[in-house]
This record gives sequence, C-alpha cells and structure tokens, in this order.
Amino acid sequence: MRRSTPIFGAAPRRALVCVLCWLIPGLSFAADAGNGTAFAPVRPGHALSFPADLGAHPDFRTEWWYITGWTTDESGMERGFQVTFFRVRSGIGEGSASRFAPSQLVLAHAAVADPAIGRLRHAERAERAYSPLVGADRGATKAWVRDWILEWTGDRYRTRVAARDFTFELDFIPPRVPVLNGRGGYSQKSPEPHHASFYYSRPQLAVTGTLRVDGKSERVRGSAWLDHEWSSELMPERARGWDWLGINLQDGGSLMAFRMRDTAGAAIWTAFTLVDRNTEHRSQGPDAVRFTPLRNWRSPRSGAQYPVEWEIELNDQPGGEPRRLRVVPLMDDQELDSSRSTGAIYWEGAVRVTETPSDASAPAREIGRGYLEMTGYADRPRL
Amino acid sequence: MSSLLRKLFLPSLLQRRLATALSLLAIALGVALGLAVQLIHDAALEEFGEGVRRLSGLADFQVVGPREGFDERLYGVLALRPEVAEASPILEVEARIPGAASTLRIIGIDLFRVAAVQPGLVPIAETEPGESVDRLAGLRERNLFLTVDAERELFGERTPDVGVGHREIVVQSGLTLHRLRHSGVLPATGGRLGVMDIASAQTLFGRTGTLTRIDIRIAEGLSRQAALDALAPLLPAGVVLRRVDEAAGEAGALSRAYRVNLTMLAAIALLTGGFLVFSAQWLAVSRRQREFALLRALGLDRRQLMHGLLAEGAVIGSLGGVAGVALGHALAAVTFRVAGADLGAGFFQGLVPTLKFDPLLSAAYLLLGVLAGVAGTGVPAREAARVVPARALHAGAPGAAAMSAMHRRTGAALAALSVAMVACLLPPVSDIPVGGYVAVAAVLGAAVLALPALTHGLARLLARGRHPVWRLARARFVAAAEQVVVASAGVVASVALASAMAIMVSSFRGSVDDWLSQVLPADLYLRASSASASGFLDAEALERIRALPGVDSADSVRAIQLRLDASAPQITLLARGISEGWGLPLVSGTLAPLSDSRLPSAWISEALADRGGLSPGDELELPIAGTMHRFAVAGIWRDYARQHGAVVIERQLYEAISGDSRINDVSIRLKPGQRADEVVGALQRTFGEDRTEIARPGEIRALTLQVFDRTFLITYLMEAVAVTIGLFGIATTFAAQAVTRKGEFGMLRHLGFTRGEIGRLLALEGAFAAGAGVLVGLAGGGAISLILVEVINRQSFHWSMDLSIPFGALATFALSLVALAAAVARLAARHVMSESAVLAVKEDW
Repeated sequence: MRRSTPIFGAAPRRALVCVLCWLIPGLSFAADAGNGTAFAPVRPGHALSFPADLGAHPDFRTEWWYITGWTTDESGMERGFQVTFFRVRSGIGEGSASRFAPSQLVLAHAAVADPAIGRLRHAERAERAYSPLVGADRGATKAWVRDWILEWTGDRYRTRVAARDFTFELDFIPPRVPVLNGRGGYSQKSPEPHHASFYYSRPQLAVTGTLRVDGKSERVRGSAWLDHEWSSELMPERARGWDWLGINLQDGGSLMAFRMRDTAGAAIWTAFTLVDRNTEHRSQGPDAVRFTPLRNWRSPRSGAQYPVEWEIELNDQPGGEPRRLRVVPLMDDQELDSSRSTGAIYWEGAVRVTETPSDASAPAREIGRGYLEMTGYADRPRL
Repeated sequence: MSSLLRKLFLPSLLQRRLATALSLLAIALGVALGLAVQLIHDAALEEFGEGVRRLSGLADFQVVGPREGFDERLYGVLALRPEVAEASPILEVEARIPGAASTLRIIGIDLFRVAAVQPGLVPIAETEPGESVDRLAGLRERNLFLTVDAERELFGERTPDVGVGHREIVVQSGLTLHRLRHSGVLPATGGRLGVMDIASAQTLFGRTGTLTRIDIRIAEGLSRQAALDALAPLLPAGVVLRRVDEAAGEAGALSRAYRVNLTMLAAIALLTGGFLVFSAQWLAVSRRQREFALLRALGLDRRQLMHGLLAEGAVIGSLGGVAGVALGHALAAVTFRVAGADLGAGFFQGLVPTLKFDPLLSAAYLLLGVLAGVAGTGVPAREAARVVPARALHAGAPGAAAMSAMHRRTGAALAALSVAMVACLLPPVSDIPVGGYVAVAAVLGAAVLALPALTHGLARLLARGRHPVWRLARARFVAAAEQVVVASAGVVASVALASAMAIMVSSFRGSVDDWLSQVLPADLYLRASSASASGFLDAEALERIRALPGVDSADSVRAIQLRLDASAPQITLLARGISEGWGLPLVSGTLAPLSDSRLPSAWISEALADRGGLSPGDELELPIAGTMHRFAVAGIWRDYARQHGAVVIERQLYEAISGDSRINDVSIRLKPGQRADEVVGALQRTFGEDRTEIARPGEIRALTLQVFDRTFLITYLMEAVAVTIGLFGIATTFAAQAVTRKGEFGMLRHLGFTRGEIGRLLALEGAFAAGAGVLVGLAGGGAISLILVEVINRQSFHWSMDLSIPFGALATFALSLVALAAAVARLAARHVMSESAVLAVKEDW
C-alpha cells in the first residue's frame, strides 16, 4: 500500500501540464482519468497465483512494484535506497491503431538516502508504454523505462537505475514465497470494500550489487523489501494521506503496517501483516494498528511537518496486550521534494525499529530495519 | 591636401549640380537595390532559421527523411542507443483547414519526450475557472495546443477575460473532417503551428506507424562526429541524420540561385551607376583641363591632382552610398509590409520577418558605393594627371590623348569576348553560375570597349546624308567620337542589360506557356489539397469520379518528396499511370518505357538530370519506403514547377513498392460535348464543396503566368532603373558639352542657323550618340541573353528554354530610347541655346 497524495489547490486557469506529473499516480487518476473506461475491479475471493501475478495487470488502473531497502558498502557506510516502477492505465487511446497510444503509462522513481549529504538523491522518469523502449510485461515482473529496469529472472529480481548523481545495479534474492497482505492478497483500504487493492510483499530480499554515488562505485550488500500492488479504486475521497511501513525483522520475520488518514488526521482504516518466524498475524480495521507520533521534523524547504518518530501499537491478539514498536529514522530529512515536477512532496525514508519490552525497565533493542512512507503532510503546492 | 580639396575640387561638384546629383542617385539606387535584396533575404532566412531552432530546441541532430515520413521503428532503434541521451519522435502534418487559404502546421509530439529536447513545444493546458485541471490534457485525443500566432490567426485577438472556451478547429485528413479542441497554448509563441499527441496525430491523419522527424540529443562527452558515425549506418535509405543548423542551410539552398540572380542584377545597376560617374567625371575633367594645367603650372603636382579628382569621386560615391543604404532599408521595410519576405518567389511564404539594421552589411554596401565612385573617376583622373600642362593650356580640344587610347581598346574588346566564351564553358560553383556572371561582365566590358570602333563604322554609314544639320551632326559624331563614347557607355550597359532580360523573360514566358499546355492535357483537375498538406484522395474516390456522368476518364498522380542526401533540398517523386495519353514535355529520351532494360523506367526532370549527370539509358537509384530501388532513365523532361528535381515512375510499381495508394491529383477528361460546369457541380456534390479544389487548365495556366509575372516584377524594376541611368548619362554629357560649345553655337547662329536648327542639331547628335550606344547595347544584350538562357538559368535553376526574341518590343524600346535621348540632349542644352549669339561668340574669347 503506497501512494503519494497529489494535492491540488484551486485549479489555476493556466496550468502547466507537466511531463512528470504521472510519477505520483494518485487521486487525479481516480478523479479525471478514464471516464467510461472499464477498469477491472478488485474483489475479495480472487486467488493470486505466482509467477503469473508477479507480472503486470494492465486491466487495472494503477499498479506498482516498489522496492525499498538498506545497503552497507565495503567501508561500512549504510544507505537507504528506493526504486519504484508504476504502471498507469490512462483510459486514453485504447483501441488506437497507433503504437504511441498513451493507454498505458510507465513511470519510475529512484532515490538514495545518503547520510553523507543528509538528504535524498532522487531521479524520476515517465513515459508511455512503447515497445521496445518502455513497458510493463504480463507474466513475470518486467517493468522498464528505457535503460531503467526491474525484472524477475526466475530466482531473483534485478534492477538497474542510472541517474545524474547516482547509479545502482542490484540483485534481490527472495528467501520465500510472497507474503499476501489482507485476505489472501485482497487488501481493503477503507470500511467500504471496493476501496481495495491486490497486494503482496516480498520481505527479507538479500541485496547484492553496486551502488555508485558521486562517481564512486561501491559493492554493497543489504536487505530489501518489495511490494507489488494493483488496484482500480483505492483511495476513499475523504482520505488525505497515509502512513505506511515495511520492516525486515532481524529474526527473519517481517512487518507491514499502514494507516489511511482523513483530513483531520484520524484513521479511516488500518491494517498490518506480521510474519513472526513461522506464523503470520494479520489484522485490519479502523484500529488494528495505532500510530502515535513521538517527534516531529519540519522541512526547511517545504515547511511541511512530518512525524519522523513513531510509536506503533499492533493489536495482534484480540484482547491481548498490544506490541509496542518505536520507529526511528536513519536521518530526519528524507523528504522527497518533487514539487517542481510532480507537485507532490512526501516523506519516504529508511528507518530502524526498536521494541520496548513489556518489562519497561529493560532497554529498547533494535528488532528490524525498513522504510517509512508518510504522505499528505506537505503544504498544498502551487503550480 | 584637405584645404586644396575644400577649395578646388569639391566646389566643382557643386558647380555641376545636375551631373553630381544624377551620379549620386545612380549609385544610391544600385546600392539600395542590392542591399534591399540582401536584407530581405537575410531577414527571411533568419526568421526561418529561428523557427527551426525554436522547434528543435536543444537537439543536436535531426533524423529526417521523405516529407511523408519514415517507419517509426527507427525511433525504437535510435532511442536505445548509448550515443543517444534523448530522442523525441515527431510527426508533422500540414493540416488543411477547409475554407481557409493556408494550412495549419500540426506537430504530433510525445509529451514525455519533448520537455528534454524541445521545451518550446510542451503544451500548457488551459481550463475554465471552476474546472479542475486535467493532467492528461496533453495526451487526450483531439486536444490541440496552439502558439499565440496560430491562435490569433485562427480565432483573432483574445480578450483578457475570455478563456479558450473549448473552441474547435476543423481539419481535413484525406476527404474526412475532424474536429479538434483548442485546449491550451505553447511556450513557443512564434509560427503558425499547433501541437497534439503523437498517437492522435498518427491516427487522425492516417499516418499510423510513421514519423517525419526524430530530434536527438547525444550523450554527454560524445563528439558529434562520433555520434554521426555510429548512428548513420542504422538509417534506412532516404533517411538522414543532420545537424539542426543544416536544416536552415537547406532553406538557404532553396532560394540561393534566385537570390544570387537578384544580387547580380543589383550589381549591374551599381555598375551602370559607376559608368555614369565615369561619364560625368570624364567630361568634367575635359572641361577643367585648362584649369588643371594652370594649377599644375602653379605648383600642384600630379599626385595631388589625381588624389583631388579621386576624392571627388569618393565623395559622390559615399554620399550615394549613404543614401543607398538608407533607401535600401526603406525598400526592404516596404517590401516586408506589402509582400512579405519571399521576394515574389514563394520560398518563404508565411514568414513574418523583422527588419534589422546590419552594420557590417550596410558598411559593405556603402563601400561598394564609394568604390563605384572612385572607380568611375579612376580613368579620367589618370588622364587628367597625364596631360602636359603647357600643351593643355593651349589646346582647345579636350582629351586628345585619350582618343588614341580608346582606339587601342578594340583589341581589348576582342580579348574580353574570348574571356566571355571561355567563362561560359565553366561548370557552376556550388550551384552558382560564376562563369556565367563573369561572361556577362566580360560581354558588357567588350561592348563598351568596342564602342569607338563601332562608332567609326556607324559614322561611315551616316555619310550619305546631305542636309547641313545632318552633316554637322555627323562631323561632330566623327570628330568627338571619344565624347560620344563617354555619353553612350551608360546607354550600352543599360540597353544590354534591359534587352538581355527582355529576351530571357520572353523566352522563359513562352517556354512556360508551351510547357503548361503540354503538362495540362486534361479538362479538369481535382485535388483534396496541395501535395504537402493533409488532404488526399483514395482509390475509392477515383472510382466515384470515373463513375460520374460526363467523365470519360480520370488519371491519378501521387506526389511525394524524397531525400537524396542530408543537405540538398528534397526531390519530387510522381507516381502516375504512364500508358494513358500522358503529356510529359520531353527534351530527350522516349515516352515509352524502355523495353530492353531489365530495370523499370523512370523519367527525370532536367534538374535531376543535371544533379546526377544522367542521360537516357543511365541507371538511377531512388530511396522509396526505406530501401533503394533501381530504375533506368527512359527520358528527360522539362519541369518549371519543381526546381530541385522530379522523377516520374509508374503508379502500380510505386504502390507495389510502398503500399501507398493515396492520390494527390486527379486529371479528368470529359466526354466529347460535355460541359465542364456540370461535372464540376457533380464533383462538388460528391465530395463536399470545401473538401476539394477543382481547377480548369485555363485557370491553372492564368495563375501560373500571374505568379511568373510577379516573380519577374523585380526584374522589370531593375531594367527601368538601368535605362533611366543610361538616359541620365546622355543628359549629363550633353549638358556638359553644351557649356563648352557656347562659342560654336554662336558661330552657327552667325552663319544663319536658326535656334531651332541648332536644337535639331543637338537632338540629332544625341540620337547618334544614343543610337550607337543602343546598337552596341542590343548586340551585347543579345549575347548576354544567350548567356542568361544557356548558362545562368541552366546552371542555377536547371531550366532549359527555347530562345524567343521579342523583336517588336526590342525595336520599340530601341527607337524610343533614341528619341528620348534626342529630346534629353536638346533639353540639356536649352539654356545655352537661349543666350544671344554675339554674347556667346564674345565669351569664347
């Protein structure tokens, strides 16, 4: 579950149709795309099957493959990274004889959280699907925008991204089959069942490869997380944004949790999937997860205030004591500011998770690392 | 020297105001015309180049092919190459707007690619107040974004409070109309163009699978040459990779021949101006010989005298030059306002250039004016400086020394003629007939140099007359031959120029007329739009035409543009039925396909034959639909319509090669006795009145000849200027002579001549002088017209034509010029004749 909120002010009479606006497929598509286009609905009870569902589902409106992770280079330097391929069915030019018909758009987004510079390096691309340059294939994961690519080779994912100030070429080996979120991969986003997606995660991906920053190439290792999610109608209209996290636990387990917020900041819907050794705990509902902000950080650029530290309470056993986790960022400034191109500003960053034992006197210990995403906190951008 | 100049030389210019003013005017006109042609063309080219740069933005290279485009798969290949940092696919269409006179250039873009390469084309969507922003506006089918220029032309000026309001533009593709929505504007404001999504452009205009251009930015750190070497082998036949500035170069090449020709005409006007300075100075020098001798005796040295005279010329030249530069700018400004920038030739239609002051260019033309003044003074100044003071103080007859010099020049005339003949044989230098221009200059020189000898011959012929006035005039003609030569030098130059142009234009017009009747054999012609625009017909439409009552037969033509190399303009390929009574105006070869060749036949225009050095039987390779196809040249035909070359091939063969079955023009023959009006009406009912253009051969012919005449308008203007300058020459000469001949006239009055008789004497002298000039000029003009037709036109435009001499017009022109010269000569001397005889004789002593 991840998207960023594109927030628009009052419509200006002249608005730049910016090329990269497609990077953050969000509300706008629900609002203005594809009137009359028959998008495939997301319904419960549909069984996901692999590897077919690793590939694209072009009948649905939006889809993404989202990899986040931590790497360590040979000198011990730790960095976060993120690479995402979006596919969007625009509803335009379907049935057109032209191969340029923009019915499917593919967008890519990549970032490196580099503590050396204290902020994100990021780059983005947007194109219409056009074989052989750009596409998102059915069958097995393969999404690419010219020389940026993410693909499933049968035993691993492989990605290559080259931007102006960073480049990475990474392999991801999954230790196990996909973890289905929600009910068998049907992930509800609000009390209304049609706000939903098909959603699975692949936690604990073993990362190897090279990362090049500032012209210096390093061999890196690490662990990563892949989300694959597709839907046609995902976000309720009263939603303002969401908070999401995906954490690889040190004991081999994993945690995915999200909260959809309304404009007042209250939870509309929450859910988590916790894989704990060999058991999987899932829960969803308005208060399956409680998100409590602990510390705020204000972006000097956008002025937006983000709760960069959280306490997360998981109610995994009905009636039982909730688990309390603390989320601490790798660095505060992991704001992804693409207001110049997309008009969307959000926070997407590497975090550590510590657990406060039930015995309050024992010290908190790190139990995992992963990524936190927070959307809908920034001011409304002006185009 | 400066005080000498001020006191002795410059005041002399003021004394002979008329001569000075005329010399000045002539130089000014020459400078003005040349500069105006240059300014107009530079501004047009700059505007054109600006347009190219604006549209290609940050691109390093453009991939371009035939006008109709090339297979879009090339885009996939190039965009993936490591040498290519960014590639932006473009489909450009000249959209026909039914009912509008001009087309709208629609550029189909990939919104996601343009920002990195052509930021000027990124659409800016507009929404009405209260409407939400449509982020997909730039992708939607039928959404069109216009430049400010295009919007203004299509919808008029926008008021601040009115938005786009979903205005519609109807465009035609084939015979179908499509409604496009005006959805916003473009950062690029200039040029009449609009932008829409490339997929939409492909489907709406029936161009699925084709691109007309790919703009490319190469990878950082890669040299252009390296990129070119790596990418060029990937291109299919007929598709080239060129630097963006080469596109502007192509536009320059389009009109270069025309421009050079106009500039040469201006140069001839300037040359004639130089002649005028020469004749005025020569006479002034003759008249002031005693003054100079006195000055020499008083201590002025030879060098000072010569410098003083040259300074006089330089002053006239620079004043004329300054006036000419101002006049040239004014002329260019007026032309822009009235006619646009295409100088009547149609190369730059639709451009709205702005006039800019170019200091370097202006200085160059000013310098040309000074040069003309100085050069015109050069010979008289040398003669004046050479004279021995003591002798000149006595001698009444001026320029005696120069006489013998003139006679010696017959040999030089012959030498100049041979130079002309050799120059005619030279090949053109980058399509400019340099040899031809040298030959024209040499013939002009030869004509002037041969003038004394021919004057002598003419004098012998005139010996028959018995009347005293006639005999006196002849005596003067023989005795003062050198002055006659001076008077008529300008006439020779201008008559030669004017008659040469007259013969050339007459030959050209006659040939075009004949050609039109050959290429327009049918009764009606129908098309959906010009071949470059988006209207076209198909086989089904052709069948419907054939089925109309009254239609006997209908033939179709498909016209496409092919690119043979990166920098040269495109050639036209005409695919048509060749067995159906077709009228190709052949100059060599046969109309029947070659039966002995295993290759299909092609008929090429003279321009293409010249370009490739081809003759019938030769092999020709043409890039059709991305691959090279070989043909055998069956014939060469005359084509005045497509200056850069055309080739005709069999229609069915073309369709088989390309799969393109579109039709641009249909020629319709009617059944005997059928009225054309009825068929025109039926055609309009069939296809819709505003979707097709129907023309009769008569209309096409009239229109073509109208365009022809307009093209030569500027030529007629030049001729008029040249002839006026020539007449000025006669006037100045006679005005000047008259002053020195006061005594002579007084004597004649003593001897019983009436004032009228003296007037007739002067008129006759003027007529003799002009007659000599006109005769020599006509001879020279005949020679020059041959050079124009056979060398200059052939080499610059690749047009052959049949020589046709307008004898009647030339005779009228010659006689009126002689009559005018007589009148002018008499007029110029009228104030001298009015003095009393006694006074005149007395004053001489």
